[in-house]
Amino acid sequence: MAKSALTLDQIPETPPAETAPASRGSTLARVGKYTLVRGITLFITVVIGVYLTVLIANMGGYVDNIRRGEIQESVSFQVMNDPALRTLTVEEKRALIAERIRLEEKRLGLDQPFLVRSFRFLRNALTLQLGRAQRMTSDSGSRQVRLIILERLPPTLLLFGTSNLLLFFLSLGIALGFARRYGSLMDRIFVALSPTSAAPGWFYGIFLILIFAGLLHWLPFGGMVAAPPPKSPIAYALSLARHMVLPIAALLLSSIFISVYSWRTFFLIYASEDYVEMARAKGLPDRLVERRYILRPTLPTIITSFALTLIGLWTGAPIFETVFNWPGLGRTLFQAVGLFDTAVIVGSTVIFAYLLAITVFLLDIIYALVDPRVRVGAGGGNGR
Amino acid sequence: MNMLLNNLRELRNYPSAMAGILVVLALVAFSIYTLVTIPYDEAVTLWRGGENIWYRLPRNAPPAWINVFRRQKLPESIILNSAQGEAEKSTEAMSQGQQMVNLTFTFDFQADAFPDALALYFQPTYREKSPFVSAIWTTPDGREIRIGDFAVSTGTVFRFEQDDRLRRRLSREVGDYPAHVALFMQPDVEPPTPLKGTYTLHLSAVTFEEGSDLEAEFIAYGKVYGIAGTDHLRRDLRIALMWGAPVALAFGLLAALGTTLTTMVIAAFGVWFGSWVDDLIQRVTEVNLMLPLLPILIMVGTFYSRSIWLLLGVTILLSIFGGGIKTYRAIFLQIRESPYIEAAQAYGAGDIRIVFHYLVPRIIPVLIPQLVTLIPSYVFLEASLAVLGLGDPLLPTWGKVIQDAQSNGALYKGLYYWVLEPAGLLMVTGLGFAMVGFALDRVFNPRLREL
Repeated sequence: MAKSALTLDQIPETPPAETAPASRGSTLARVGKYTLVRGITLFITVVIGVYLTVLIANMGGYVDNIRRGEIQESVSFQVMNDPALRTLTVEEKRALIAERIRLEEKRLGLDQPFLVRSFRFLRNALTLQLGRAQRMTSDSGSRQVRLIILERLPPTLLLFGTSNLLLFFLSLGIALGFARRYGSLMDRIFVALSPTSAAPGWFYGIFLILIFAGLLHWLPFGGMVAAPPPKSPIAYALSLARHMVLPIAALLLSSIFISVYSWRTFFLIYASEDYVEMARAKGLPDRLVERRYILRPTLPTIITSFALTLIGLWTGAPIFETVFNWPGLGRTLFQAVGLFDTAVIVGSTVIFAYLLAITVFLLDIIYALVDPRVRVGAGGGNGR
Repeated sequence: MNMLLNNLRELRNYPSAMAGILVVLALVAFSIYTLVTIPYDEAVTLWRGGENIWYRLPRNAPPAWINVFRRQKLPESIILNSAQGEAEKSTEAMSQGQQMVNLTFTFDFQADAFPDALALYFQPTYREKSPFVSAIWTTPDGREIRIGDFAVSTGTVFRFEQDDRLRRRLSREVGDYPAHVALFMQPDVEPPTPLKGTYTLHLSAVTFEEGSDLEAEFIAYGKVYGIAGTDHLRRDLRIALMWGAPVALAFGLLAALGTTLTTMVIAAFGVWFGSWVDDLIQRVTEVNLMLPLLPILIMVGTFYSRSIWLLLGVTILLSIFGGGIKTYRAIFLQIRESPYIEAAQAYGAGDIRIVFHYLVPRIIPVLIPQLVTLIPSYVFLEASLAVLGLGDPLLPTWGKVIQDAQSNGALYKGLYYWVLEPAGLLMVTGLGFAMVGFALDRVFNPRLREL
């Protein structure tokens, strides 16, 4: 699903090219101003998004119930184990517990109306005070949701970073080749196979696991490194690489055909422009035509697509990582669902939203630097 | 409209499109067949039913047709119920109201592998004193093995493998094997090989009351079952595989239709009314794009309900303000400037009329291929949610079968059929729609055609 949700339109519109002489300034200042505005709008977007998440997670009263449960547990524990209170009767103890719970709930503001509380949740979420997990712990044994998530982030980045970058450059290269001599056998095969991309990566993952782990026993069923993890760094890296082969292959298999197909179509449309024909007629070598007349005008689109590739790093991971038993953010979310660990679920969603926003933000800066329209406005009309 | 039909006629030139259409039609027919033969309620009851519905079926059995591809044939289940006349029954009266009931189960065993398990389900009728049964097993080569003697009350189940006395007796006679191996093996052959031929199981029961009777059901669980096999709960996978089709089609179609149509109308309104309407739509879209769909679906599934219809609704809601809005907006912006819109305005056409009669129809060539290509992605979304354990708790779907298989380690245990059957169906469905969608895209967007 994540795959289909990402279309070329998802990238925020490029800033309007400003040509008014009044706004003439150094590129840096302009980019800075643009960045600031973009940053603020994105932050507002994140705030709204996270607030919606908080609303969804609170609507069923789950978060409140869990906090109440926590308070009750800790207060009961304190009273029952306080040697000074041992002389009290059961009735008196119960009354004391009720009173303390009331005070504690008041202190934490649980007696306040939901609206007030929801804004406090929002503040906590935005400042990444994600609270403590109910059942999950990080590998170091901490129950801090923030630490759990930070610990799971690198494996996700490693896996999806490697595979998405590979996918991007591979499909770009192959597509260029096909655009040069379209109609060749390989070209037709790729076009014919492009509908297979309807299936997501985890789906192909299951088949790959079946063949290469189940039947042939060449590669591991899943996980990130062998257990126990190898001691020496080289052996560790090798084991990691071995475990990454199947997930990367699955991701490539599910996306490469459609990716190559759309790139090749895109290049072909550009290659049929009049000025390309003109350049060919002039007798310029193919390579040069390709670089100067096809690749250059398509650069903004290529960058956009690269940006989408980066955004794609954060989506669709839960199932993929679950199938491959990859200890990343997505699988953590899935485990949290299984354990009804609300704090971790809300925390992961907040992190997803933040990561998306940060990616979009960084891309905006890159745009501002690369997009010719922004540069023309900034540079004071040199050239065109 | 005519153009539309002409375009559709052009699809005939694309073999892949024709194949896709055939697949889709077959799926529709299959779904209708499923809905007629296994009504919703029955499917839910069957799929959620426990041991009392499925006790006759073997556990984790591959489909029976795999025997076609095997040299060593695996046994199918043998089910003999005396109440249905599948056993020889005779009754002799004895003194003091006692009777002797004899039940003889006779069956032919020709498989090259041992059965999976053996069990006797007793259905005695009595008021106070339960009948007493002794059981004798006769092999094709005439050996008689005493199985045991036991009082049988209502609901007594005798599982051959779990009886300690039987195991000790068998280990003295043929060696230390589980009962379903020991009772079927050729004596003194290593490794254990099943003995083919006619077996009998003789039950002689003494009943102690007037009118007391005994019926019994003997089951030699096979290693294969039916056309789809069974899962870890002995359930027939056929039901889930059949019901997966209408569920997948309904979910995919409704989600794709719901999202594309609403998205398109909203984009049209935004473009036509412009100013703050357009702004609002654009801002909502940006916020929505920031919300990760899958985690939110996971939260909804966890906190509220896993009903497939609720998840469908949330999916549509979250996808309405998706990337599509921006695509459609760009196209509408172009259309808005066309002279014929101006003409319509001059005629005095109202806003709503312009949106629905002049703007929206123009976008159909873009819409139809998108709609069709979206269907498989929603079909797979439903499967993905099910694989995550967020499947509908009532309905059996393909994704849920994959999830059951995954969580029970089907790939590790080599139970490939369990994963391959639903995955194959998913693949066929996804490919069918995708092939039609791709061809439609080429027909409706002629610029792609010559490429």
